[in-house]
Amino acid sequence: MADRSIASPGLPPEIRPGSVAIERAIDADADPTLEIDGSDRGRRGRSTSVGSRGPGRWIMRIVALTYLAFLLVIPVGLVFWRTFAHGIGPVWKALTTDGALHAFQVTFIVAGCAVVLNTGFGMVASFLLVRHKFRGKGIINKLIDLPLAVSPVVVGLSLILVYGRETTIGSWFGGQGIDIIYALPGMVMATAFVSLPLMVREVVPILEEIGTDQEQAAATLGATPTQTFLRVTLPAIKWGVAYGIILTLARCLGEFGAVAVVSGRVVGQTQTATLYVEQSFENFKQADAYAVAFALAALAILALLVMNIFRPKEP
Amino acid sequence: MYLSFLVVIPLAALVWRGVGGGWSEFVDNATTPEALSALKLTIVLSLLVALVNAGMGTLIAWVMVRDSFPGQRIVDALIDLPFALPTIVAGLVLLALYGARSPIHLSLAYTRLGVAVALLFVTLPFVVRTVQPVLLEIDRDMEQAAASLGASRFTTFRRIILPNLVPAIFAGTALSFARAISEYGSTVLISGNLPFKTQVAPVQIFNQIQSDNPAGAAAVSTVLLVVSLLVLVGLSLVQRWALRRG
Repeated sequence: MADRSIASPGLPPEIRPGSVAIERAIDADADPTLEIDGSDRGRRGRSTSVGSRGPGRWIMRIVALTYLAFLLVIPVGLVFWRTFAHGIGPVWKALTTDGALHAFQVTFIVAGCAVVLNTGFGMVASFLLVRHKFRGKGIINKLIDLPLAVSPVVVGLSLILVYGRETTIGSWFGGQGIDIIYALPGMVMATAFVSLPLMVREVVPILEEIGTDQEQAAATLGATPTQTFLRVTLPAIKWGVAYGIILTLARCLGEFGAVAVVSGRVVGQTQTATLYVEQSFENFKQADAYAVAFALAALAILALLVMNIFRPKEP
Repeated sequence: MYLSFLVVIPLAALVWRGVGGGWSEFVDNATTPEALSALKLTIVLSLLVALVNAGMGTLIAWVMVRDSFPGQRIVDALIDLPFALPTIVAGLVLLALYGARSPIHLSLAYTRLGVAVALLFVTLPFVVRTVQPVLLEIDRDMEQAAASLGASRFTTFRRIILPNLVPAIFAGTALSFARAISEYGSTVLISGNLPFKTQVAPVQIFNQIQSDNPAGAAAVSTVLLVVSLLVLVGLSLVQRWALRRG
């Protein structure tokens, strides 16, 4: 009964799956219209609007674009160009060597584990932070943001100091036949550490925005907490979660500093794609370095594109 | 549980290792000539980079919001690229243009300027992305009112627009400073790792770990950690102040 009533179309649109996306789209729609409105006004009263006319505008535009070109566009373009300077064949060859393939495999395993961990933790933590009051909430809130401020190298070092082989915890695990540092578990931990805040920061604002009205309505209609979560809350936050997963994944695939410290860089075992890039470059195998770097960059750009789709900016 | 095992205990252990041997040992470890020069370089470079970002970031945000030209959306999307790109790839990308085989014959590899460029690259989006939304929301009526009352364009900008932007610029600058002092991936390739010249603190820490000197590494790490915490605390104080004021 409760199920059917929740799924019925008579309920407010916020409950329907995907409505957050729609709301976001509407929000995003509103912004550009405002902007267009503003620039219209600017056009009508050109002489009164700051920066809308004159040589100043051109100078600023040129300065900004030149800066971006030399810092961003030309270097990135150059790497792409050099990667494909000898056609697509050598690139494919460099990407499918045993070393490169294995590095990608390690990267995906580590990133996958870290994403799963952080998605679970991120959702639980977001619920606790938004829906519950407890002592130390403010501190937890600050702690979650901490990884953004800590250098990846420092992250790696601090993990070694606790879970390294010479420490109590590390040697206990070592006795059980599990290595943490210089092995996959440590790399997963390092990656999860640096990408910890991303999911929470995506889900918390959405939870705050949707409020508890719908959930209470569902509960009064007889839904169990699980039903309420699956049918009311989850559909509302799913786009935020999806966005968070992509952000986390992109960060995990590209993590270098923390993993470099805890992995021990055992070639063919704990070498991730980013480590492979550095090693190839240092060993003057530029073609290999460029090819793998290109693949990583392509993944990053893909992630950007997907995020842009999730957060439409213009109609 | 998760948070404490992953974040709290390791960081506490780090500080404990750094300071645990007594204050004098900590000072000794953190002020070896190599550590000291790395820390100094890191902080000076990061300050410079943050200042450049404050200026250029605001300018870019301005051009993105108030100007319109073909391809603007693409440029706008490109600004996020440094966030998405793995840092080691960022280092490689910059070496391609400013490295030894530079097509424009401008080799910044192994120089401090090169390190600064790498830091500028990875911190580019911070100021732009914090200033942009604020600039979008500023009420244009105020500007027009100022102009109609006879204010010059520069006066309008200085007296009406800038005060509204300052909290956002400050926030973006502080974030990019915090990011710059902790950056490792993009600087390791371009710096060439020359002690006393281009070695920044995160790279120095990494070398200490590799040469099995965790005490020294932990000491320098603790300094970095404290500096970035101070910056973040300062930032949240400023934000609170801005909220009260606004």
